[in-house]
Amino acid sequence: MSKNKIERISGRAPDELRNVSIKAGVIKNADGSALIEFGKNKIMAAVFGPKEVHPKHMMVSDRAIIKCRYHMMPFSTDTRKRPNISRREIEISKVIREAVQPAIIMEDYPRTAIEIYIEILQSDGGSRCAAINAASTALADAGINMRDLVTACAAGKVDGQVVLDVDDTEDKTGEADMPIALLPNTGLITLFQLDGNLSKEEFDKALELAKIGCDKLYKLQRDALSEKYFDGKNGNKEE
Amino acid sequence: MPAVKKHRIVDSITRESIISNLANSTRLDERGLLDYRNLEIETNILKDKTNGSAKVRLGESEVWAGIKVETATPFPDTPAEGVMTCNAEMLPISSQYIEPGPPNEDTIELSRVSDRGIRESGMIDVKELCIKEGKQVYSVYIDVAIINEDGNLFDAVSYAATTALLMADMNKFTIEDDEVKMLDEKQPLPIKSVPVSTTFAKIGDKIIIDPNADEQEIATARLTLVTDENGKYVSAQKGKPGGFTFDELKEISVISKEKGDEIRVKIREAVKNGS
Repeated sequence: MSKNKIERISGRAPDELRNVSIKAGVIKNADGSALIEFGKNKIMAAVFGPKEVHPKHMMVSDRAIIKCRYHMMPFSTDTRKRPNISRREIEISKVIREAVQPAIIMEDYPRTAIEIYIEILQSDGGSRCAAINAASTALADAGINMRDLVTACAAGKVDGQVVLDVDDTEDKTGEADMPIALLPNTGLITLFQLDGNLSKEEFDKALELAKIGCDKLYKLQRDALSEKYFDGKNGNKEE
Repeated sequence: MPAVKKHRIVDSITRESIISNLANSTRLDERGLLDYRNLEIETNILKDKTNGSAKVRLGESEVWAGIKVETATPFPDTPAEGVMTCNAEMLPISSQYIEPGPPNEDTIELSRVSDRGIRESGMIDVKELCIKEGKQVYSVYIDVAIINEDGNLFDAVSYAATTALLMADMNKFTIEDDEVKMLDEKQPLPIKSVPVSTTFAKIGDKIIIDPNADEQEIATARLTLVTDENGKYVSAQKGKPGGFTFDELKEISVISKEKGDEIRVKIREAVKNGS
């Protein structure tokens, strides 16, 4: 990608992510947890389970069920968000659950529930992608059997240019936002949304760019986990 | 945050035959993998109380859309723009699996995806809906009733909403002495573009278009892609706990445009015959 086309508001290059930091194991009471700081986003994800299913009739005899709640605190937005759960939150909870579920080996935990709670403490653009990265790190931290991590990143179009990782200010003036979630090892896209206006070329380019972002986040997720479990020595394979 | 809900049960014979047919690239209703079911669009079905209406039958799925145009105060951050909302309601008459009560997450997703398609395509020119900046604007309510559910409601709702909007009118107004006066005379809604939604489902490694209820239930992943007249992609939503590969997405994006153009012709035709 050429680097000096149109200057982004944030001064980032078109294929540059915001600053991201992920920390695993931040909540003691949870079975697994992660804190992600993704630009101005500050998001905590906690995983509980496998645990008993409530209400009981939701139990499935040959696999676990996944529950997921994406929730924004009233102070997380520019104007106070009303504490009632919004339709937007319900939809995002659903798409996040469907994005992480394919990674979880649910057959390993019959008759149980795995609960994922995502709390947005400060929001910036792209909170659903940041939340997926945190949730999947928290799931791995909880020791849940998984096929892969789930990594998510958005690409979009701002001022006619296809860029990676659209933030809040860019989203307001931008022409398109396309968040995706990816299982990096299987190449399966498990979250795909788009709003805006993209031509076929821009659509394909945005897909490729989002994949680059996902690959970078995959590394950050693994780093966060090895930081907690191997003192940052990058996993046990190399040792 | 339900993880398991009351859902359609597909018996194993049906499931097996859908899958074995797909292996030979055929479907139980003898469609090809990339064929839509029969699409019937009827306009002005609710003439007396609505500003515009349409009925869509996509196979056995049937939805009715009605438009109400009222006036409202604009949102503070967009004082010179009108307001639009699109809402879909799953009626308990539509299926044995639907119960009355507040909308569940599937219905909320359906409403929000339909809303996004119309909103992001810029179908309605909201700037033209301004009556008096900061004080009064037109507010367009699109409500869609699901009458009978047989899969692919995302497309059916989108076609009904779009057709109803194309048929809709609103009252003209004058401003006398700084007072807004609504007139009896009507004018059409300010329409800029016609978005068309196309929905795909993945069963095994086969991609099909316009899944019926059984196909949709056993599919591992679903994708709705909305294109506008200029061949631009304006909205998308993946659903169900499975995924698509990058190549599949690129393939779908090409088919979506072709099928979208075919359906746009049908919508235009229905509007022409109705008005």
